[in-house]
Amino acid sequence: MSTEHEQRTIRCLVAKVGLDGHDRGAHVIARAFRDAGFEVIYSGLHKSPDEIVQAAVQEDVDVLGISILSGAHDTLVPKIMAGLEEYDAADDTLVLLGGIIPEDDREELYEAGVAAIFGPGSTMEETIEFVRENAPER
Amino acid sequence: MSEETLVDELLAGKHRALARVITKIENRSPGYRRLVSQLHEHTGSAEVIGVTGSPGAGKSTLVDKMAATYRDRGETVGIIAIDPSSPFSGGAVLGDRIRMASNVGDMDVFFRSMSARGSLGGLSTATADAVKALDAFGKDKIIVETVGAGQNEIEIVKTADTVAVLVPPGSGDDIQMLKAGILEIADIFVVNKADMDGADRTVMELREMVQMRSDSPMAGHHGADAMAIDNADPEREDEAGWEPPILETVAKTGDGVDAFLETIAEHTAWLAESGELEAQTRQRYEAEIKTLLRDDAAALLEAEIAARGGLDGYVDRILTKETDPYSVADELIGPIEACVAERRDQ
Repeated sequence: MSTEHEQRTIRCLVAKVGLDGHDRGAHVIARAFRDAGFEVIYSGLHKSPDEIVQAAVQEDVDVLGISILSGAHDTLVPKIMAGLEEYDAADDTLVLLGGIIPEDDREELYEAGVAAIFGPGSTMEETIEFVRENAPER
Repeated sequence: MSEETLVDELLAGKHRALARVITKIENRSPGYRRLVSQLHEHTGSAEVIGVTGSPGAGKSTLVDKMAATYRDRGETVGIIAIDPSSPFSGGAVLGDRIRMASNVGDMDVFFRSMSARGSLGGLSTATADAVKALDAFGKDKIIVETVGAGQNEIEIVKTADTVAVLVPPGSGDDIQMLKAGILEIADIFVVNKADMDGADRTVMELREMVQMRSDSPMAGHHGADAMAIDNADPEREDEAGWEPPILETVAKTGDGVDAFLETIAEHTAWLAESGELEAQTRQRYEAEIKTLLRDDAAALLEAEIAARGGLDGYVDRILTKETDPYSVADELIGPIEACVAERRDQ
C-alpha cells in the first residue's frame, strides 16, 4: 500500500544576468509567478551565466526566466544554454527571455534554445499561461 | 529517466540526478518511495546540521559562511533551505539562494530551496528524504535551514544531529522567539549580528534561560522518551549532559564562524561518545515509520470512503440524527480492523 498522490508545483528560476541593474521587471514577474502558485527562486542581481546554470540545475527548475535589459543577450544567453547542455538540463528546462531584445536578434536566440521572448507590452497573463502550457512534462 | 538509472547516476555523483531525485521527493511523484528506499543503504555518513531562527536573524548569511569554511577544509556541502509558501496560492518566492554569495560556481555546494507546499506534515518527511538523497550522494555536511516559527519547523530540524538556533540581538525582554519550544531543541545558541547594540544583553538573557533550563526537572532535549531516562537517573544528566553553549557571530564578516563550527564538531563528538547519536537515530527512524504509517492509513481510509461514495451520505444521515459521527467512524474502520485481526492471527 502506498500513498503516492502527486503534488507537483511548477518551479521557476527568475534570473538577472550580467551587468544589468534593472530588476523591477524581474521582481514583478517573480511576484506574478508566485501568485500564480509557482515556486519562484530569484537569483539576485549581477549573476554570471555559470551561477545561473548552477542554480537552474540544483534547483531542478521547470522554467528558467532570464531578464536582460543590457543588450548583452547575444553573449550571455548562449553561455547559459551551453551550461545547461553540459548538465543534461537543456532539454527539459523551458527557457524564457524577458527585457529589451531587438527583433533582429530573436531568431538566433530561438535557435539557441530559448522557447519564448517576452518584450515590453507582454502581459502577466500571457506569460503565466505560456508557462502553464509549456512547462516540461517530467 | 528510470528509477534505477536515477539512483545509479546519483550514486555516481551526477548533480542532475540528485536534483531530479529531490524533485521527485518534493512532488511525491509515483515511485519516489522506491527511490528513497534504494538510497537508504547508502546513507549514514553525513553530518546533519539544522539552523533555525526568526526571519532576519541572518541564517542564510551564516549558512553561506559555514559552507565556504567547510569547503576550504575540503569537505563537500549540501544545503536545504526551507521557506514558507502562501497558504492561498500555494506559490512561494524562495529567496535564500541570493545570500549564497561565497559559494557561487562551486558545484560541490549543492543548494536546494524547498517550500512548505501546503501539507504541513509532508514537509518534514520530504526534508528527511532530501537529506537522505544528499547523504547518499556523498555530501560530508548537510545543512538544513528553516525559519523558526512553530511546531512544523521543530519537526524539520529534528532531522539534524546538531541544531543551532540563531538569535538576533535585542530580540525582546524574554527573548520572544524562544517561547515556541525552540529553547528545547537548541544544541547551540548563536547570537548573530553580535556587532550590533544589545548583543551582550541578549547573550546574558540566553545564559540565564539555559541555566534555568538545566535547573528544571524538565531538562533534557530529546523529547519525552529521553526525558524519562534522564529523570530516572538525574546524576547521569549532570555528568554527561550537553549544556547548549552561547556563541557570538557576525555572519556578514565571518567573525566567530570558525568557533561555531568547532562547537558543532564538539557536539557531534559528544553525541557519539554519549551514545546519544544512536539513540537519536533510532528515535528518528521510529518517528519516520510512524509518520509513513499514519499517511498510509489515512490514504487507506480515504480510498475506503471514496469506495463507499464519499462522506456526503453519512453527513446527511448525521444531520437527520439517524446516526452520529462516532458510529460512522466505527462503521468505516470496522471492516479494516476485522481484516487486520484476521491476518495477524494467521
